[in-house]
Amino acid sequence: MTERLRQTPRSQLIPLGIAAAAILFALLYVIVIANPSTGVADSWRTTNFGSAFDNPGAFVFTLLDALTFAGLLFIVASGFSLIFGLMRVVNMAHGSFYLLGGYIAYEIQQSMTGKGFSVQSSDVNTWEWVLPLLVAMGVIALFGLGMQQLLLRWNQGQDLRQALITIAVSLIVADQVIAHFPRHVPAGTKAFGGNAVGIGWPGWTNRLVDLHVWGVQYSLARLVMLALGAAVGVALWLWLYRTKTGMVIRAGVDDRQMTSALGINIQVTFAIAFAVGAALVALGATVGTSQGNISQGQDGVWLLNSLVVVIIGGMGSLVGAVAGSLLFGLVTAFSTTYLPVSGPDCCTQYSPVLTFVLMALVLAFRPRGLFGREA
Amino acid sequence: MTLARKKLFAERGIGIAVLVFVLVAPQIVSGFWMDAILSQSFILGIGAASLVFLSAYGGMISLAQAGLMGIAGYALGNMVTERVEGGETKGLLLGWDPTVSVVAAILLTVGIGILFGAVASRSFGIYFLMLTLTYSVIAFLFVSQVTQVGGFSPIAGIDRYTPGFVGDVVNDRQRLYYIALAVALVVYAAIRYLVRTPFGIALEGIRDEPTRMASLGYNVTLHRTLAFGIGSLIAALSGLLFAWWSGQLSPSDIGLQATIQLLVIAVIGGLTRIEGAWLGAFAYIWISNEVTNKIPEGGLWLIGGSFNTVIGLAFLAIVIASPDGLMGIWDRIWSGMRGRGGTGEPAVAGGSAGPQA
Repeated sequence: MTERLRQTPRSQLIPLGIAAAAILFALLYVIVIANPSTGVADSWRTTNFGSAFDNPGAFVFTLLDALTFAGLLFIVASGFSLIFGLMRVVNMAHGSFYLLGGYIAYEIQQSMTGKGFSVQSSDVNTWEWVLPLLVAMGVIALFGLGMQQLLLRWNQGQDLRQALITIAVSLIVADQVIAHFPRHVPAGTKAFGGNAVGIGWPGWTNRLVDLHVWGVQYSLARLVMLALGAAVGVALWLWLYRTKTGMVIRAGVDDRQMTSALGINIQVTFAIAFAVGAALVALGATVGTSQGNISQGQDGVWLLNSLVVVIIGGMGSLVGAVAGSLLFGLVTAFSTTYLPVSGPDCCTQYSPVLTFVLMALVLAFRPRGLFGREA
Repeated sequence: MTLARKKLFAERGIGIAVLVFVLVAPQIVSGFWMDAILSQSFILGIGAASLVFLSAYGGMISLAQAGLMGIAGYALGNMVTERVEGGETKGLLLGWDPTVSVVAAILLTVGIGILFGAVASRSFGIYFLMLTLTYSVIAFLFVSQVTQVGGFSPIAGIDRYTPGFVGDVVNDRQRLYYIALAVALVVYAAIRYLVRTPFGIALEGIRDEPTRMASLGYNVTLHRTLAFGIGSLIAALSGLLFAWWSGQLSPSDIGLQATIQLLVIAVIGGLTRIEGAWLGAFAYIWISNEVTNKIPEGGLWLIGGSFNTVIGLAFLAIVIASPDGLMGIWDRIWSGMRGRGGTGEPAVAGGSAGPQA
């Protein structure tokens, strides 16, 4: 037996070596190996901008893309993680909530601005962005609360059954959203279910900020996205670690039965946490729809994003959600910019593979994610 | 005769009746029923059987099976189709020999499956479910983004390139029916055999007590990885048959939609018994066929929406009423006859998989 014990670390050496080599190669590739696409023959080293030394501006730009995307990822995934951490509910309807939240915010902004389908940022004032956001958050919070009370309260502890129930809900919600949204469409066109629509950021964000670093000018809206992510993180931390409700939630995560035995109504706490988790996805959806757009199929994408973040970071951990968002954001942004571009259709579209590689690398050493604990 | 024996006889009787029916069905039912309902049930049933096998005997609810089916189909589509003047231009158009392609597609899928399984083999329960769901979505993103192997529009004309022993599936749908039936029967028999082998029994042990099995000296991760590999082999067979049956594959045959469809089939049938896979597939396809024709142009009455709303509501009802699906209802009827003995707990999968020797 002692021999077995001694051998275990050695058997981990090979995967550890492979992982270290892969990470080292990725870093070296981005920092020195890559070549810019101009003036050099196409090869596996050819990328859009070359290495960090060739074009430090592009490197900083990509890094900022990664961080700001991570902010959005964190907003969406933290809700997912919060719900799982407390209730052990894997909310498979999280992506559908995102879809519904995005469309609700869109409809509210459309009816407020009255500028029609192609609303410009300059036509939107702060209030016309904040109110759609608040409405979407409220509606989705109520919706999530209703789902939890009706469908998930009486079968607590049956985690598979609850996952299946939320899958059924996600199927229904996504289909209903496609059937009824978007309601505001360009004049003269037929409302076509699930069409891509966008929300305008408030006008004041529509400019570039000069960072005075290698001449990088960066979109203020994306920086706002990062700030919102950070604000959500800080607020969640304060809520969970500095308030009485947060204390009860943490106690419930650790030992649900003991917490209720102490006379705390844990069901109220569950309901609050579920509503907050659902409201967070609506916040994420509004931000995401302002930055890009919302359309049919994004429910799957955002369910995947949330799953990847919490699988990497560890379910139910706030720090884990931060770490998972950062890693996933970095891999996504850098793989779409720094994968080689030899030939017309290679290789930036292979980025989904790197998502899998990232998960595989983390799970090979930490099956419960970076900050996951034994359940 | 004890009740358990009666149940066994009843099941055997029903099984033989079903077998006789499906063997002569092409002579009885219409061509549409044979092809669109029964053939498709066999094929999707094989896919669902891979899910039920992993869930019932390995305790692994894998949502990667639809992705693996799609990977097999896409691999085949890329390998067999060839560049024809004015013809399809999707995929790699390798134009390989169909027999070689079938073998290569299966090997590739099983290889990817084992890789997936190795990564997921240390995750249990709901973590395993989430991780395998990401596999399917990643496979979907891969085939829809990488335009060389697919892209958003479908790869078509796969059914024109079949190996000699499969024959012409474009015109002779009855042949495809019997091929799908034969594969389904072989898969069913193979699973029933496999779970009686020492490997299968060890797998059940790992499902129930992974820690204890590990301390008995079993390699838990290896067993689970291999089981996942077997599951991907079954899924690959289903994916190839589906590619021939439908003739074309698009990313929507892989993604979240397809994953949920396969899960719905498996859950309707029941996640605890292999037979449930085909029962669920038949019920799902039959219902969807009935419902799709009746949905008005402008969406459902009052609430709007399409087939997915109906199937979502039906799925919700089943999960709430009977998480074990139709096979669970069947098992509960029998345990109900035993008087108060039946507590409605899921029947032991397979019936006779207790430790032998």
